[in-house]
Amino acid sequence: MENAFGIPQSVLAIGGASEIAVAVLKAMAGKGLERVVLAGRSRESLASAEAQIRDSGVADVETMEWDVADGRRQESLVDAAFVAGGEFDLVLLSAGVLGSTSAAEAEPNEAIAVMETNYVGPAVVSLAVSQRLKAQGHGVIVLLSSVAAVRPRRANYVYGSSKAGIDFFCRGLAESLAGTGVRIVVVRPGFVHTKMTAGMPEAPFSTTADDVAREVIRGLARKDAVIWTPSILRWVSLVMRHLPLWLWRKVQERES
Amino acid sequence: MQPEEAPATVLLAGWGRATRTAADLVEPLTASGVEAAISDSGLRGVVARGMGRSYGDAALNAGGTVISTLRLDSLSDGGVVAGAGVSLRRLLAHLIPRGTTLPVLPGTAEVSVGGAIAADVHGKNHHVDGAFSEYVESFRLATPGGMINVSREREPQLFNATVGGMGLTGAIVDATLKTEAISSPFVSMDTDRVGDLESLMTLMSEGDERYKFSVAWIDCFARAASLGRGVLQRANYASELPEATLARGESQFERGPRLAPPDLVPTGALRPIAVSAFNEFRYRRSPSREREKLEAFPAFFHPLDVVADWNRLYGRAGFVQYQFVVPYGAEDVVRRVLDEQVRSPSYLAVLKQMGPSSGGMLSFPIEGWTLALDFPVAYEGLGEMLDRFDQWVAEVGGRVYLAKDSRMSSGLVEAMYPRLSEWREVAGGVDPEGVFRSDLSRRLRIKE
Ligand SMILES: Cc1cc2nc3c(=O)[nH]c(=O)nc-3n(C[C@H](O)[C@H](O)[C@H](O)COP(=O)(O)OP(=O)(O)OC[C@H]3O[C@@H](n4cnc5c(N)ncnc54)[C@H](O)[C@@H]3O)c2cc1C
Ligand SMILES: NC(=O)c1ccc[n+]([C@@H]2O[C@H](COP(=O)([O-])OP(=O)(O)OC[C@H]3O[C@@H](n4cnc5c(N)ncnc54)[C@H](OP(=O)(O)O)[C@@H]3O)[C@@H](O)[C@H]2O)c1
Repeated sequence: MENAFGIPQSVLAIGGASEIAVAVLKAMAGKGLERVVLAGRSRESLASAEAQIRDSGVADVETMEWDVADGRRQESLVDAAFVAGGEFDLVLLSAGVLGSTSAAEAEPNEAIAVMETNYVGPAVVSLAVSQRLKAQGHGVIVLLSSVAAVRPRRANYVYGSSKAGIDFFCRGLAESLAGTGVRIVVVRPGFVHTKMTAGMPEAPFSTTADDVAREVIRGLARKDAVIWTPSILRWVSLVMRHLPLWLWRKVQERES
Repeated sequence: MQPEEAPATVLLAGWGRATRTAADLVEPLTASGVEAAISDSGLRGVVARGMGRSYGDAALNAGGTVISTLRLDSLSDGGVVAGAGVSLRRLLAHLIPRGTTLPVLPGTAEVSVGGAIAADVHGKNHHVDGAFSEYVESFRLATPGGMINVSREREPQLFNATVGGMGLTGAIVDATLKTEAISSPFVSMDTDRVGDLESLMTLMSEGDERYKFSVAWIDCFARAASLGRGVLQRANYASELPEATLARGESQFERGPRLAPPDLVPTGALRPIAVSAFNEFRYRRSPSREREKLEAFPAFFHPLDVVADWNRLYGRAGFVQYQFVVPYGAEDVVRRVLDEQVRSPSYLAVLKQMGPSSGGMLSFPIEGWTLALDFPVAYEGLGEMLDRFDQWVAEVGGRVYLAKDSRMSSGLVEAMYPRLSEWREVAGGVDPEGVFRSDLSRRLRIKE
């Protein structure tokens, strides 16, 4: 059961080797987290994540192979996870790829993996998971969306559109879950220093995975439906969304 | 009579509104309806629920069945035999004109008989009279194996596993209670305003035995030399009173809450700054010393009951109440807790002495000091702070009150409740498959 602060006892993390996911799980360790299933596509990165989470004091950690890009397999993977693991209090959707906009512009098929990994897979997962959580009468789905979902940019619109899609989808699903005891929380980080952004020029308001974890934990206690990290992005994005197009272009030119 | 309805899936919360889970709610009208609800319950089990005044997740059962007892509302034999869903307020309204009362009253009368037994509640007189269960003669308990008549004599083990057992041994259908004769529904109250914790505890240790009722309200926003300053209210039943005063007293229990937070007050209107000012006001307004003031029962026992749904003032995220008890000799834990919480001060705090335990295996009271604190959930770092308090409390052989808890981790329950393994054996005897369970029992692994 999650406690009054929204801290779960059991978590299924899909994309469980993500640096942000590991930071969130480590921050929950010692606060009541007892059992974690890390699901992901690569054994090596899962093994390292597993070790880190064990070191932080969670004894019961398992891993599971899970490729989120194959949309049609998601339902059976969700079934398998819940049959083996019983109940989950929180399901973390942290799998994601950044992809490359220029690669997709040159070779359109390059866009498919981004869309499948960031949108199609997680959308089917969240539908299947929400059925399970509804039957439990409780549970939280935490989606890692992005501030890139707020307004299209030429630099990352392929990624941004997939995040915008899954963000929109989950907020809609959340509406349909009202009254069921199941909640969906959408997290919108800005630039986070992880392996996903390694080597990229730092953007304004950049944070670390641990910063994101802290904000997630705070937001869970406050029962926020949307968590911005850092929290100032809530206001920055409001401005971003309403800038006239010419000015928005200027902002993007200055950034690149 | 209204027909029994098919269960509806509803979202339920504890009084602190910090966790909400969905369950199939059934509202049986009869004892056999309760038995049917138990046998119809699915894989996620069943638990009873009274008026939902427990602060945390004791009366919740996510994905399973919750039996509301509110329609088990019969009263007979002058109020001595009561359906589990009868509220203490209704019982008092019935008893007081007959010159009797319930010997143990918790801080709200909006509590059901079943809930009072299941949490083995205590009142302001615990140091003298013990817990609610001391005045329970018998009850009928619906279990997966059938209905059992339970009394201390007939079923001593099951009696002591059920009082304080948080609904996890079965569903109480009705109970036979002892009452106490009174000459009037008034108390004669002495008030002392005390400037710091040390003096407050000294005053209580030295004088509480002269009073049937004693409780201290503490201003948790006060720091340093004023740490633990508070207002101590102690009382005994009032004797001989004029007729007119008596009549006024009797009518008081007919009324329900008189005020509700108006809809225009935003939920979450309570902010630390406002509460701090209120506490200052309340402290200053209180007489520094007052003797033998006549106070009617409701104003004395249940001052908060005049405001309906006051819990909503804490806002969407809800609040937690942290109530612990530590044995005599561990006064230092009370001081350290008050000292530490000042950084995120509790809105409301109550200190009182408790007398010896009753026989309830999981009953909360043990002889010593109990402190109850209310915090908004959204306070930064609150979870870690309370986790630290748990450690201190467990180290000295104290415990946290399960009826108030919504956040403890499972690791310390066995240390706090040393009779848990004995309890598990008895509970396992009447409910071998663990049909009775709740969000609380899942979170704290009470049945495992
Ligand atoms: C303002 C306020 C002040 C309070 N002051 C005090 C106090 O001074 N002292 C104190 O001890 N407590 C106090 N409490 C706590 C309260 O008395 C207990 O939580 C009590 O159990 C609530 O009764 P309820 O009918 O609302 O039960 P619920 O909250 O509905 O249920 C509480 C527990 O009882 C079980 N239960 C309920 N009915 C039955 C039944 N028929 N059979 C078996 N199990 C059942 C439930 O499963 C659950 O575990 C206070 C609460 C509030 C809100
Ligand atoms: N870093 C940022 O600046 C930032 C900003 C906003 C939002 N986010 C989002 O936050 C989430 C976590 O990102 P992160 O920063 O922690 O980066 P990360 O460490 O690279 O994590 C992404 C994880 O997704 C996994 N993954 C990729 N494709 C997968 C697939 N097909 N099936 C299963 N798992 C797959 C990766 O697995 P491998 O370990 O095998 O590569 C990796 O563990 C992502 O959704 C990301 O979009 C990140």
